[in-house]
Amino acid sequence: MPILSIRNVSKLFGPNAAQGVKLLEQGQNKQQLAKEKQITVGVNRVNMDIEQGEIFVIMGLSGSGKSTLVRMFNRLIDPTAGQILVHDKDIMKMNAEQLRQVRRKTISMVFQKFALFPHRSVIDNVEYGLEVQKVEKSQRRDKAKQSLELVGLKGWEDKMPDELSGGMQQRVGLARALANDPEVLLMDEAFSALDPLIRRDMQDELLDLQEKMKKTIIFITHDLDEALRIGDRIALMRDGEVVQIGSPEEILMQPANGYVERFVEDVDLSKVLTASHVMRRPETITPDRGPRVALELMRERGVSNLFVIDRGKRLLGAITAEDASRAVKDKLSIQDILIPECPVCPPDKLIGEMFEQSSTSPIPISVVDEENRLLGVVVRGSLLGAMAGEVNNEGVNANAEQLDIG
Amino acid sequence: MLNNLISAEMPKLPIADWVDSAVDWMSMNLEGLFEGISVSIENVVDFFTWIFMLPHPILFIVILAALSYLAGKWKMALFTVLGFLLIWNLGYWDATMNTLALVLTSGLISIIVGIPIGIWCAKSRGASNIITPLLDFMQTMPAFVYLLPAVTFFSLGVVPGVIASIIFAIPPTIRMTNLGIKQVSGELVEAADAFGSTGAQKLFKVQLPLAMPNIMAGINQTIMLSLSMVVIASMIGAQGIGVEVYRAVTQLQIGKGFEAGLAVVVLAIVLDRLSQNIFKPAQKRRNA
Repeated sequence: MPILSIRNVSKLFGPNAAQGVKLLEQGQNKQQLAKEKQITVGVNRVNMDIEQGEIFVIMGLSGSGKSTLVRMFNRLIDPTAGQILVHDKDIMKMNAEQLRQVRRKTISMVFQKFALFPHRSVIDNVEYGLEVQKVEKSQRRDKAKQSLELVGLKGWEDKMPDELSGGMQQRVGLARALANDPEVLLMDEAFSALDPLIRRDMQDELLDLQEKMKKTIIFITHDLDEALRIGDRIALMRDGEVVQIGSPEEILMQPANGYVERFVEDVDLSKVLTASHVMRRPETITPDRGPRVALELMRERGVSNLFVIDRGKRLLGAITAEDASRAVKDKLSIQDILIPECPVCPPDKLIGEMFEQSSTSPIPISVVDEENRLLGVVVRGSLLGAMAGEVNNEGVNANAEQLDIG
Repeated sequence: MLNNLISAEMPKLPIADWVDSAVDWMSMNLEGLFEGISVSIENVVDFFTWIFMLPHPILFIVILAALSYLAGKWKMALFTVLGFLLIWNLGYWDATMNTLALVLTSGLISIIVGIPIGIWCAKSRGASNIITPLLDFMQTMPAFVYLLPAVTFFSLGVVPGVIASIIFAIPPTIRMTNLGIKQVSGELVEAADAFGSTGAQKLFKVQLPLAMPNIMAGINQTIMLSLSMVVIASMIGAQGIGVEVYRAVTQLQIGKGFEAGLAVVVLAIVLDRLSQNIFKPAQKRRNA
């Protein structure tokens, strides 16, 4: 069961907003509504299910309705129509006290411009959520301290917010949200006000925290790179509508329409795709075969090298065609001509970090898991192909392309 | 011909009559209420006067100088000492203490009444729409006009003076409270809501503390405006330094008038600096 379900949620602005929802359902478009009824459509019949423990990114350019949408999740803004179900309970039907309980216990929020209370010290800010629940002073202080320690701000408790840098202020914002121990964390452009380097650090730290805490995080951003970096799933919004929901790979590789395609076309794929996306099936041989078999295999497959693996698929090294023919002449075994130091990488290595490795080695890079089992190979050709946006998994003749290009 | 026709055709609106009959009706029917207000205000003024007259002038000056030192610098303390010694020397001590009591009473009532009204304006657009023009009216209507109904309701003495001062001086506190709360950034209000604050928690933990500099500016203005009413209030029998000024003016005693005016100036400067700075050192300490 999803932790948060959004059903047909709309937000319209204007004098006849309620009437506008019906007109939208009857098929009138936004331009007509704006012209004839002075109704602006902020969010247009959005549906999404957010699962426990995922990082769900809602992405869109400014004006796409993403901030309005996320503010309806805890009813900072009331939707014009639709249901918002938290654990299957519609928060639209809750009274003020029930809604407060949801805000205190279930959903916390981190704001774009931090929204720290300037008249309260760091620790008093972090305590705020517990203070309004009337949690006892010493208990809430302990929780706030734990929360601050979690975000790496131990020792800064008594500073005022304006004495901290932007990155640190947002850590306080994060600690304040975590102190309530909520199930869902709403992060509204939480890192957008930070400069790029700090932003990356914060993204990494959020991922680390998520490893430990396993919260459900709903992250709003206008930055595609950020969305691809941290999102388990991404909902792409445009003009108040959801255009596509999917994993980062799906968004990149199977864009739902031209808009998504244009949106993602400028993505720096080298920072998104990993070795596992571009690796191909390796040509392999076991070391008990002779060099003649190896040569025959290479000729048959049209490749210039083979990877040598043991029975457990563990990588031992590689051999080249030249060495193999020398071995046939000099009556050597595959063991004798084995090159054990061939380049390897883990499957989650970004392809942007593989170019140098690839260009300095005559042998394709092998992708291995933690137990050194060979998963696939990455050749320069598929690196370049991936950068051009072509990823066809399981290419046939991986080793051949290396020959052509190298 | 034409002029005659128009003036014959257009009867004058009897606003004066309406106001008169309203005032008559109120003084007939609300006598008990006015009596109650009158007694309590008089008690407050008497209490303040009693407090201020209790210590010897020297002791009072020392206390005031200490307060000034806390609120500002030693220069401020020095000015307070010299200024009040001058007032004592000129023989206006009792009158000045009376005036101080009147100003503090009307200031205090303005604050107690004005801040909640300001909060109400900030929370409710309807209230703000009604009260804002009312405040404009109160501030621009010549203050002398309040004196007559005030005398009708509360008879002569210090009470109508306090009432007229409140009407004249309360608008800045209301306005600045309203403005201060509205100026609290939307994101902070959202944050307070998002963490599940009740309305009162949001007000007392976030909005009022952040509106405090504005509210203090409003209070400062209110105190200054009620001080500016003391001369006018003396015309309807309020005791204090205003009486001396008024008497000097009516008897064309230029020198006396100047002396009494000087006492008002000293009091004004000290009250202004005190009410401006009394909360600032606390803030500075926190930021240090």
